[in-house]
Amino acid sequence: MKNRIIKKSRLAPQVYDFVIENEQIAAKARPGQFIVARAHEKGERIPLTIADLYKDSFRMVVRGVGKTTYELCMMNENDVLSDVTGPLGNPSEIAYFGNVMLVGGGVGIATLLPIAKELKKHGNKLHVILGGRSKEYVIMLDEFEKIADELIITTDDGSFGIKGVVTDGMDLVMNKSKIEVAWAVGPTIMMKFCSLKAKELGLKIWVSLNPIMVDGTGMCGACRVTVDGQLKFACVDGPEFDGTKVDWDELLVRLSQYRDEEELSLRKFKESVGDLSWL
Amino acid sequence: MKPTLKKTPMPEQEPQHRVKNFFEVALGYSEEQAVTEAKRCLQCPAHPCVSGCPVGIDIPGFIKKIKERDFKESARILKKYNNLPAICGRVCPQEVQCEERCVVGKIPGSEPVAIGRLERFVADWEADNVKERTVDPTVPKGKKVAVVGSGPAGLTAAADLAKMGYSVDVFETLHKPGGVLVYGIPEFRLPKSIVEREVKYVESLSVKIHLNTPVGKSISVDELLKDYDAIFIGVGAGTPKFMKIPGTNLNGVYSANEFLTRVNLMKAYLFPEYDTPVKKGNNIVVVGGGNVAMDAARSALRLGAKSVVVVYRRTEQEMPARREEYLHAVEEGIRFRWLTQPLRYIGDEKGKVIGVECISMELGEPDESGRRRPIPIEDSRFVIEADMVIEAIGTDANRFLLSQFKGLSLNKYGYIVVDSETYATTLRKVFAGGDIVTGAATVIEAMGAGKKAAFWIDRFLSGEYDPWR
Repeated sequence: MKNRIIKKSRLAPQVYDFVIENEQIAAKARPGQFIVARAHEKGERIPLTIADLYKDSFRMVVRGVGKTTYELCMMNENDVLSDVTGPLGNPSEIAYFGNVMLVGGGVGIATLLPIAKELKKHGNKLHVILGGRSKEYVIMLDEFEKIADELIITTDDGSFGIKGVVTDGMDLVMNKSKIEVAWAVGPTIMMKFCSLKAKELGLKIWVSLNPIMVDGTGMCGACRVTVDGQLKFACVDGPEFDGTKVDWDELLVRLSQYRDEEELSLRKFKESVGDLSWL
Repeated sequence: MKPTLKKTPMPEQEPQHRVKNFFEVALGYSEEQAVTEAKRCLQCPAHPCVSGCPVGIDIPGFIKKIKERDFKESARILKKYNNLPAICGRVCPQEVQCEERCVVGKIPGSEPVAIGRLERFVADWEADNVKERTVDPTVPKGKKVAVVGSGPAGLTAAADLAKMGYSVDVFETLHKPGGVLVYGIPEFRLPKSIVEREVKYVESLSVKIHLNTPVGKSISVDELLKDYDAIFIGVGAGTPKFMKIPGTNLNGVYSANEFLTRVNLMKAYLFPEYDTPVKKGNNIVVVGGGNVAMDAARSALRLGAKSVVVVYRRTEQEMPARREEYLHAVEEGIRFRWLTQPLRYIGDEKGKVIGVECISMELGEPDESGRRRPIPIEDSRFVIEADMVIEAIGTDANRFLLSQFKGLSLNKYGYIVVDSETYATTLRKVFAGGDIVTGAATVIEAMGAGKKAAFWIDRFLSGEYDPWR
């Protein structure tokens, strides 16, 4: 059945891995593209990235941060999502480059995985840096171990790998290898600092933006970002852009636009379902 | 009996009540009111009204049946020409179409017959009273047509083609069918239950609507060309334009498309019961003078704004909004600043809009649209305080799909080039109509295009005429 949750597993606290039945998306999606999902009739449309593709299903990773993402994380196997649209956005521009650096943080690691696999298929050497708050938040480690030629882990608290942030990892990689191009996918603030670092290093860097979207098909302009001084829609012009050209501070402000409403929604949700720290 | 000079008034919600809710403003005729109004029709032999209707409804025919109180037959006549009458009766600009040509309206001091209100009455009467809607059986033609987009153009083309016996698949990107009817036009002007009802009718003709299916993404154009005998593109002009003045990306600045999509499609006016939020400003500036600007302004008011100001760079005379919508907006307390052009949005230190710097304009010589061109007056800058701005300055061709259709000729604005009679594009088997051909226009014009395209698709598929030969 279309949009049925075939499989669900927990990757980290509040982070869940889903396999969703959807033939169209399985057949058509390319690395770097995303979907828009709506959990139920009264739900929001939210963009989520595709983490992997199977014969008639796709994989997505969701981190509970607000009401909608918590609701998704609380859905179970055999539940059916009300709507899934996709694949949306442009695929990553993948070719043989030589040495490629891949930086992932948080659930951005899941977005990075299909890009990494495709780059590997094209014969690139992968220098991967994965970061997280602490050991348990560095997800999909075993999957990256299989394809990475170099793998660096950074954690804020030093509970695993290097104590530090992903840009420290970028320095380490650059000291040893000549990198042709990089991808960074993760929290906006992380992508901002990766882009600043790349600029400093003279490195071409792709970032995958995740601004607020409504339709995801170029119809509303909620996701507009300034790239190289131009107004772009992340949904149809992106989601990947040259990170050194993105107006990061504007994007960060726009991401906070509905903070009050998000807090209200989540508070009311928690009043009805109780504590969510177990998730 | 001499007919009265004025239209039978339509009951409406009082302005002071309706600004607090999203229920429909116009309440519709009773049977008595409809019959009274129908009697104003002269049943004149020339019936110029019909030529004013983009879908060519037999207007005197359906009105005659109202007069005779045979509402069921009236509905049958109406449905023969118009697949979505309850929608048209509400949102068509009848004053510049059928009603403009009505002979009764030419009598000095007289208003035309309220054709739109009667159309709405019949459509609603049928929905309320005829439970078993019979669909005339058709002989299957054994051919398949794909319709891209489920807005007014697509639904009309799909319904007509299905009635002719074609197997029709409609592909819609959003999670609900209806296009602009569900995301753009507000509940208080066109209740979504009416759209659902009309869509159900189209589906009852065996039209299959595939939701969440972006053509060019989840189904490729090549697949469509391979699997279907003809394709109709009716994707609308869905990409919002921005003035691109400084401050466009401040928080609190919306395109009308985003604001209305949140409110209408996602039901943000019911937040937090529905999950999608929308900002509720106190002082709102709406930029533009069209129907979409009126819809945005009136929606913002219903969300609780203290003040809504529409700024338009020309004057009341040039504004493209329907008179009725403009008057409704004025009644509801929306203020208008004519000859006013925003120059930049002013933000606070948190990146939130707090004001709009504007400049006054004066009208110069007519431009290519025939309207007098607005020219800025030097040293006339001023600031309007605003915690929310909605730009309703029009839309562009949706790049989303067209970039996938190789071989389709587009004009300089990015709209699809079609043969003006047959709606055939430059790509064999592919027809197009509605806003994606004309640029943003009206629901009924899109429906007219869908109807005519369906006619020519039938002629093409039955081998009677080949637009590409």
